[in-house]
Formats: sequence, structure tokens, C-alpha cells
Amino acid sequence: MILQAIAFYLFAFVAVAAAVMVVTARNPVHSVLFLVLTFFNAAGLFVLTGAEFLAMILVIVYVGAVAVLFLFVVMMLDINFVELREGFQRYLPIGGLIAAILLGEIIFVGGIWAVAPGVEGALAEKVPEGSALTNTEMIGRLLYTKYIYLFQLAGMVLFVAMVGAIVLTLRQRPGVRKQKIGEQVRRRSEETVELKQVQPGEGV
Amino acid sequence: MWEIGLAHYLTVAAILFTIGIFGIFLNRKNVIIILMSVELILLAVNINLVAFSWALKDLVGQIFAMFVLTVAAAEAAIGLAILVIYFRNRGSIAVEDVNVMKG
Repeated sequence: MILQAIAFYLFAFVAVAAAVMVVTARNPVHSVLFLVLTFFNAAGLFVLTGAEFLAMILVIVYVGAVAVLFLFVVMMLDINFVELREGFQRYLPIGGLIAAILLGEIIFVGGIWAVAPGVEGALAEKVPEGSALTNTEMIGRLLYTKYIYLFQLAGMVLFVAMVGAIVLTLRQRPGVRKQKIGEQVRRRSEETVELKQVQPGEGV
Repeated sequence: MWEIGLAHYLTVAAILFTIGIFGIFLNRKNVIIILMSVELILLAVNINLVAFSWALKDLVGQIFAMFVLTVAAAEAAIGLAILVIYFRNRGSIAVEDVNVMKG
């Protein structure tokens, strides 16, 4: 129990500290790297609650794909980051005020909140007691049966996002010579080869 | 103190959520940091969902967290694509200039 608590406090503290560094770091590349650290520690928190599958998904999808995408964009764009940090001091008080109010409200709501009596009977998918199935197997059994339409819809969302990103960033540059395979294949020797009768002593 | 309950996870999620909001205010000009702050907010939501799933022993929270993750990934991809073409057209990513598009 002590070990779990120590692990929780470690993961939680590092996650929060890294999140603070994400929003305050001077260099956006450092921000992205701190974002990766936050995600790793959140994955640790997920493991502590027994959600191993989501923890691994978080590491693979966020750290492996999304954070690397951010890193690519940050490094690819040639941006004057000093200019972008103007107004940092100006927005600090108002941002801090709003954040403090928000946190106070959340804590206030959380303080008076309680689980409704009889919620046990209202659960959608109760985890069976003493089940031999792992977390991944249980999620799979649920996801591919009851939530299959939602799963397909999620796939469609990703597909549309992929097509959208490609359509947005693909550009046709004028004046670039490209191979036109259709025209090449369509060429016939009758159209392109011309026989000429050349008289001796004269040019073509 | 040594008994980790639902409240502990909710507190962490609330703090992460607040940091995300704070980041949006703090980096008004830098869209990349704003997108990262949105990711932090979605992560806080996911922590909430998983924590409730664990506390109530109900698996649907984790399924829902997975869908949130999917939408977050799609949003990041589209957002960064828009950012790239915006930078290509204008040579900066200052969000305060975005209102030139308004009619």
C-alpha cells in the first residue's frame, strides 16, 4: 500500500511539474519534451488504476505519434519565438486569476460531491469480481461487441482527419515538370515517328 | 495519506486541467503551445474517466477515454496542418493576426 502511494505521489508530482513546464518553457521544443514527460507519468497513473491497455495506448499514440508530430512542426517552422513570448508578463495575472478561480470552483464542487446511493445497480459494464481476464481482454470483448459502431465511427474520424490534413498541406507548385505517365503510355510510334525522304545533297 | 482513493486522482486531473487553461491564457500568441495546452486538458479529462472507471469498477469509462484519445489525435493532426498552411501563407504563427480573415 505504501509502495502504491509512493508511486502515485511520484507520478502525480512529476506530471504536474512537467505540465507547468509545458506552458512556461521558453523554447517550444522543451515544451514538447515536457509534454512527453507528462504523458509518460499519466500513463504511470493509468497503470496504478489497473488500466494497462489505456496506459500503453497513451504511450504509443501520444508519445509516439502526437508529440512527435508537434516536435516536427516546431522544428520545421522557422519561427521567431522571442517575438511570440511578448505579452507573457501581461497575461500572467489575469491567467493566474482565472486559473485560481477555476481550481477553486472545481475543488468546491468536488468537496460537496458524493456517489449517489444505488449507483452499483446502474453501472453499464461492471467488471466481474475475480475475473481471470486481463484489462486488455475485457476492453476488447466490450469494444468489439457492444461498442462496435462507435469503434467504426472513431476509425472514420481518424480517416477524415488524415484526408483533411493531406488536403490542407498538399500544394501544387507552378512550374514544376512532372512525369505524365498517361501521356507516355498513350504515345504510338505512328504519331511520333516521321519518315522523310531526304534528297542527296540536301538537308532535312 | 497512504490510502490512494478517487479524490487523489480527481485532484491531479483538476490541477492538470487548470494548468491547461492557464497555458492558453499565458501563451496568447503561440498557437503551438495553445494546442499543447488543449492536449493537457484532454489528458486531464482522460485521467478523470479512468479514475472513475477504477473507483466504480465500470469498464465503460476506459472505452470512453479511448474515444477521447482518438478525437484528440485527430484534432492535433488537423490543427497542426492548419498551422503549417497558415505559416506558409503569412510567415508567422501569431494568432492575433488570424482575424484578417473575418468578413
